[in-house]
This record gives sequence, C-alpha cells and structure tokens, in this order.
Amino acid sequence: MSKKLIQGNEACVEGALAAGARFFAGYPITPSTEIAELMAKKLPRVGGVFMQMEDEIASIATIIGASISGAKAMTATSGPGFSLMQENLGFAAMTEVPIVVVNVTRGGPSTGTPTKASQGDFMQARWGCHGDHPIIVLAPSSVQEVYDLAITAFNMSEKYMVPVVLLYDEVVGHLREGVELVASSEVLNREFPTVAPANYRPYATGDGLIPKLAPFGSGYRYHMSGLSHDETGFPTGNPATIENLVMRLNDKIENNRKDIIKYKAIDMEDAEVILLAYGSPLRSAQQVQKQARARGEKVGLIQLLTLWPFPHELLTDVYAKTKADFIVPELSLGQLADEVSKSVPRDKITRVNRNDGALITPAQLEQVLKGVM
Amino acid sequence: MSKDWELIISGSGGQGAILAGIIFAEAALADGYNVIQTQSYGPEARGGASRSEVLISHEELAYPKVQDCNLMVALTQESLDKYGSLLGAGGILIIDEAIDSSTLKTSIKVYKAPIFATAEKLLKPMVANILVLGILNAISGIVNLEHLESAVQARVPAATIPLNLTALAEGSKIGKDLASKSI
Repeated sequence: MSKKLIQGNEACVEGALAAGARFFAGYPITPSTEIAELMAKKLPRVGGVFMQMEDEIASIATIIGASISGAKAMTATSGPGFSLMQENLGFAAMTEVPIVVVNVTRGGPSTGTPTKASQGDFMQARWGCHGDHPIIVLAPSSVQEVYDLAITAFNMSEKYMVPVVLLYDEVVGHLREGVELVASSEVLNREFPTVAPANYRPYATGDGLIPKLAPFGSGYRYHMSGLSHDETGFPTGNPATIENLVMRLNDKIENNRKDIIKYKAIDMEDAEVILLAYGSPLRSAQQVQKQARARGEKVGLIQLLTLWPFPHELLTDVYAKTKADFIVPELSLGQLADEVSKSVPRDKITRVNRNDGALITPAQLEQVLKGVM
Repeated sequence: MSKDWELIISGSGGQGAILAGIIFAEAALADGYNVIQTQSYGPEARGGASRSEVLISHEELAYPKVQDCNLMVALTQESLDKYGSLLGAGGILIIDEAIDSSTLKTSIKVYKAPIFATAEKLLKPMVANILVLGILNAISGIVNLEHLESAVQARVPAATIPLNLTALAEGSKIGKDLASKSI
C-alpha cells in the first residue's frame, strides 16, 4: 500500500476510526483542533456521532456517557482543557469506563504558549487526578506512531477497562510524513456480560480483575458511582471492600505491565551513553545517536512509547548491564529525568531541558553528548 | 546515493507557500523519498512572511525541521529578508526577478524568474505558487513531473486543476530555460 502524506493530528483521527471509534465530543483548542475538525467531517460518514461541547468538562463527561452506552469514544484537547478534564478522568478510572483522551501538548502553565511544543504535561497525565488511580499514557513521536498508537490506545482501553491518554506535542501533531494507514495490530473490543441480568454484579471480576460492564440500555440494571463501591456498584464504607477495589483497580494494570509497556531500545549491548526520550526531542536524539555510531561512539537510544506505567524494570535492567550515562532531553524542567532517576542514579543522568517553545536541536544535543563522552 | 534536499518555500500569507510545500512533499513521497513537511504556525504564520519546510531524502529522516537549507523559494522581498540567511553556502535560490538578493552569500546560486509577470499575463496571480513549483523542479530535478502533476491535482480545488496544471507546465518551461542558460 502506498504511503499517504498526512499530519499527526490527521493520523490520530484515522487511527481512532480504524480502532472503531464512533463517538467524539470535544471543544476545539490549539494545537489539537484538526482532530475535532476531521472528526466532525468523518464520523457522520461512518455512522458515528460528533458533538461540539460547551467546554472540556462537558466533553469528557459526554464521552464517558457514550462509552457506558457501549460506543468507543474519544475527546482531544491541550493543556488547559486537559486540566479541566482531570476530575472526570478520575471518574472514568474509578468506574472503569474505557475512554481515549488525546492531549496535544503546548507550552504552559495556564494558557501558556498555544502554538509551541512542550512536554510539561508528563506528570499531569499520570497524577493529574486525585487518588491512587490507574491510567495508561502512550506517546507517539512520528505520524506513523500516532496512527498506530491511536489504535493501541483504544485496544488497551477496551481490554483493561481504563482511560488511556494519547500524549504528543504540537510538533508531532502538525508535521506531515508518509504514513501507511494499515492497522498493525488487531482491533480489540471490551467483553460484555453473559450472565442473566438478574444475577449481574458489574464489578465482580474474578481472576482477570477486569469487569464486564453492560452497556446502559441493554437490559442490565446496575449502579455506577465514583464513590468507593462493592461488586454491585453501590457505595461502601467497608475497609476490606474499599481496599480490594483500590488494589484491583491498580493491579489490573500493574499485573499486565509486560503487555502495556512499549518501547524501542537501540544499540544497548555496548552502550556507554544512552539517549532516552519521547516526542519531538526523540527525533533529535535519533539523529544524534546515528551520527555518534557513525563516528564509532558507543551511544544507544531508548524511545519510550508507553510513558505510564513507567518502564522502571527496563531502565533498571539496562543500567545494571551497561552502567551507561543517560542523557534525557525533554521540553520541560526535568519531569521525565526525575522519573528516570528512580531507576538510574541521579549522577548518571544528564538533563537537557528547554521550555522556551523551541525544539531541542540535534546540534544542541551533540554539544551535550561531547561533554558526557 | 542521491542528494538530500532541505527546502524552504516562503511568501506572504495567502500566496500559497504552505500548499506548495505540501504538494512538493507529496510528489517526493510518490517518488519513493522519505519526506517531512512542516510549516509556520499560529502568530508566526500571520505576521507577513510565512514558510513551508520540506525535507527530502532516501535516508530515514529524524529531526523534522530544516537544519541546513540548500534550496529556497522566496515569493516576496520580505520573506527573503526574513529567511534568506537560512540558506547555506552553495545553496539554490529561486526568486521573482523583481526581488533583490544582493545581500546574500555570494556562493548562493540565484535563479531569477518572471514568476508574477508570467502568472499575471498568462493566467492568474494566484497560481504563482504552482508555477514556481514547475521552476523549482526543472532546476533541481528532484521529482518525476508526473508525480508533481498528480500531487497538484490532488491538492488544489477541483475547478482550478486545469489552470494550475497550465501554470505548472509554464513554470517547467521557464525552469528548463533558466537551467540551460546557467550551464
């Protein structure tokens, strides 16, 4: 199949549709707007629904409602809208409603720098809502990866009944590259209950830890609440039941880290220095790693595709084997490097930070590499 | 291994510099190259000069922005003044004959073409962006002309396809003429 020249945000829409997304509610915001525009154009043609909402709180509330009714649902936003969505993101995590939230990141804090790339939402994507909640965050760095990971986002969301955030910066969202619009993985769908409605307990999960939620309107009557609840979905104050719920919510992700954590590790065997990145800084790291190897320097590259859960087991293993120095370029003040430092000693990490809206260039990274080698 | 190209097409808002970049990138993709196209965005795109960047290579591309521009089209004096310094030594510049390029590095190969005069006389001023793609490709020889024609057809409004294809052909003629004179 021939490649098509499309933008990252267009690839996001194509991937979502290929994954079976049929509902979008959103409030357009730079630099994610093309996603809403294209969804408005394309969803009605495949029998889907597009709703322009009054704000981002309504947007995420509406996709939760659509998903509870059985649809694969998505919204797209950027930092300011993502902040507004945090409360309901927690609600989706607690009630185990699968949704996909795309955050095309721009400079912050607050309304910040709308048209420039940033990675300052790295921690917010994990810890923006309160409580010990589960979440999966995926981070594409190319237009092809936006397409592929949009499909993966829906798949993981349906499989684990959890909200998934697709996080990429403005540059990835707006660059155009050749893309093959062919799904690299099969499309997964959530499981529905098979027991009779009279015997249905929505949050009785068994060993798999993943509930089978009946679509509203399908004849199963049950309660859904953001309050700590038991297997029936009704609130509880019982300490053991509360603990079981919180542990199960987190264990259903933690027990499946191998399936969820995706990355690319290149030239690790003899690496003395390892560049670790995602998003637009990864693009510079890729070029510099290639140039360094061509010069005979023992430089490796780790690309994170899953940001959360964070791949600590990978980094612990790589560091144990290589004792390499790590260079961590990011468009924030060290949110990524701080997380890396849980697995790699702080004094082995060189931080490269930028927060002026410009990109970390290969030339800038080469200078840093020269200092580390 | 053929040469890698780092192209900037710049002009004032509304001249179609960004569309021209997308069309050229699409043609190069059809030709089997790896390509990346980016463009000025937001306030940067509104204040007079705007630009479209296209990276073209048979190698895998990583960093998505121009690092060492070797091919430039500037449709206005303002856009040349703003971006001209990005064009590296030995680079190729294509501009309208009315534009002054005397402040640029002397090693730059400048092709001055009657871009707007031709567009206005034969056609319509709005096709200058497509006309200049014909010139650009005739001089650089990067893509197969058929792929360029297909990309133009895919990206311009349907009613303007014949007009734009005429502009492309006219540009190719001018470009071939300029290239042969410069040997």
